[in-house]
Amino acid sequence: MGQAKTIIEKIWNKHVVHEEEGKPDLLYIDLHLVHEVTSPQAFEGLRMSGRKVRRPDRTYATMDHNVPTVHRNVIKDAVSKKQMETLKANCEEFGVDLADIDHPDQGIVHVIGPELGLTQPGKTIVCGDSHTSTHGAFGALAFGIGTSEVEHVLATQSLWQSKPKTMEVKVEGKLGTGVTAKDLILAIIGKFGVRFGTGHVIEYTGEAVRNLSMEERMTVCNMSIEAGARAGLISPDETTVNYLQGRRHTPSGKEFDVAVDEWLSLASDEGAKYDQTVSIHANEIEPQVTWGTNPSQSVPVGGNVPDPLEVAEDADGVQRAIEYMGLEAGQSIQSIPVEHVFIGSCTNSRMSDLRRAADIVKGGRVHEGVKAIVVPGSQTVKQQAEAEGLDTIFLTAGFEWRDAGCSMCLAMNDDIVPPGERCASTSNRNFEGRQGNGARTHLVSPEMAAAAALEGRFVDVRKFASAVGG
Amino acid sequence: MEPLKQHTGLVYPLNRTNVDTDQIIPKQFLKRIERQGFGQFLFYNWRFNEDGSKKEEFSLNDPVYEGASILVGGENFGCGSSREHAPWAIQDFGFKVVIAPSFADIFYNNCFKNGILPIQLPIETTENMIKEAEDHPYELKVDLEKQEVTDGSRTVSFDIQPYHKEMLLNGWDEIAVTLTYQDKIDQYEQKLS
Ligand code: SF4
Repeated sequence: MGQAKTIIEKIWNKHVVHEEEGKPDLLYIDLHLVHEVTSPQAFEGLRMSGRKVRRPDRTYATMDHNVPTVHRNVIKDAVSKKQMETLKANCEEFGVDLADIDHPDQGIVHVIGPELGLTQPGKTIVCGDSHTSTHGAFGALAFGIGTSEVEHVLATQSLWQSKPKTMEVKVEGKLGTGVTAKDLILAIIGKFGVRFGTGHVIEYTGEAVRNLSMEERMTVCNMSIEAGARAGLISPDETTVNYLQGRRHTPSGKEFDVAVDEWLSLASDEGAKYDQTVSIHANEIEPQVTWGTNPSQSVPVGGNVPDPLEVAEDADGVQRAIEYMGLEAGQSIQSIPVEHVFIGSCTNSRMSDLRRAADIVKGGRVHEGVKAIVVPGSQTVKQQAEAEGLDTIFLTAGFEWRDAGCSMCLAMNDDIVPPGERCASTSNRNFEGRQGNGARTHLVSPEMAAAAALEGRFVDVRKFASAVGG
Repeated sequence: MEPLKQHTGLVYPLNRTNVDTDQIIPKQFLKRIERQGFGQFLFYNWRFNEDGSKKEEFSLNDPVYEGASILVGGENFGCGSSREHAPWAIQDFGFKVVIAPSFADIFYNNCFKNGILPIQLPIETTENMIKEAEDHPYELKVDLEKQEVTDGSRTVSFDIQPYHKEMLLNGWDEIAVTLTYQDKIDQYEQKLS
């Protein structure tokens, strides 16, 4: 028997096209996802050098970053419109499948990949977007790339990559009621910082991770990049297999059985060694709220904004963040009023996210002065949510119900938080200006965002009977 | 791509940690379909007020750093999104070298594709450089072949992967290099089916 290996090494070794001393490996890419913002210059590069897309059948495009989420037939912003038209023209010219704005499959690239069954265990997956790590939830090696690399993959279906270091993030115990996958990943980044994963691919292991549904696993892996990691993944198991069965692009019949055997064999071997292992106890984790301008700056909902005079490091950075956020040192989290609520993004816009938020919202009313929007991750999610009547629950409570896209996660379309205003957001980045110039972002779970919408400030979602299964 | 072998230039000190790509180039400028012309938007929200006037207090607006081509920053430089618009903006603004104690992976890789040399140096060294440049503007000389940075009196050496070094020294088009391995890719794909 060979040496015990991690899933990361197994996938890597299977994809090496060429290796040579002193050079990165040439790695084969199984699936390349493309969107409108990071691709125009790549296609232009191909055109200028007379190159083709090597494997259009391994390439799939959609529009998400820029698309309006209301009145989709009129795109007011001429530059956005041009960018979308450019993607359409490029996909036609190079023979790439595209779910454009009118397509029923359209949605955030990291929502539709799994939904369509394109994302599968063992694949190498890239996209010109850092949250490509989301697909790691399936036991795929998935990472974000820049536009030059997009062009490189289009032309060669491969990438030069140095072998990453491996890190195990072990989550022991069970998450408490009302504590979600979002709180788990925020707590992990809060504990270990925004660069603990640099140079590494993280594998999440442990009881609490095994217990997560596929959609929850996507939430966790999605934010691996906020820990600085190149990618994050979870070994495939029954949960993975059950999710994939019957999806449009997954194999069926006998082929499915063969695929399942292969998928399950990828799981990290007992006793496999990682370059580093860190661990955290799930039962210590509480619903989290970020107070600052990077995702590690979070505290439990019962906590306070830190005092720069009392922090162990980077007091200047903490001070700057508090000023930008318009908060006071020591202020309690639950005293912070919110003006906007955004439920959406590739972190938290899938069916289970919307269902859990709707459970909180049901029968309630959006607080006066709060503008709350729900933006499903894909048109498929939107349809299914409507079939279940979730749209009615949100609309009745005073939320807006939108079409699919990235929307207020990065505010490239019209969904912008105005300067100085505050948003409870289920997205993944609370950087300065992320949701609009001068906007103040607090990252939370969908149920915490829903609760904040009703109360007009942050509250502990566990006080809602529906969050604790009552 | 222009080869980069040696470079001497004025240092611009950016004394901030976790400078993310949303700060380097805010998303309202990501809609363009060209590769050029992003320099004017570099650090836009730090450099400009709402009305488009310059924020005097932001150091890059200080005339003493005009023409700077070596940026020295803090830990985790370039974290956040994968947008290559960030190195495009840095390069188009006139920077050729970025020095920091640590870089985010994607940003670091993106630099090489755009003729920018990212150099990782110990934090004591970068902090000294920042302090010195804040006190009085000065120049550094970077020699990629020798892997050295010098201010004339003190010289420090840096690590870089041979592959990255070759790429910058020769100004290679990486795709053209990869296409010389096309038969290997063909073989790999034959195995797949
Ligand atoms: S939802 Fe946000 S994080 Fe996700 S792909 Fe879109 S912009 Fe990026």
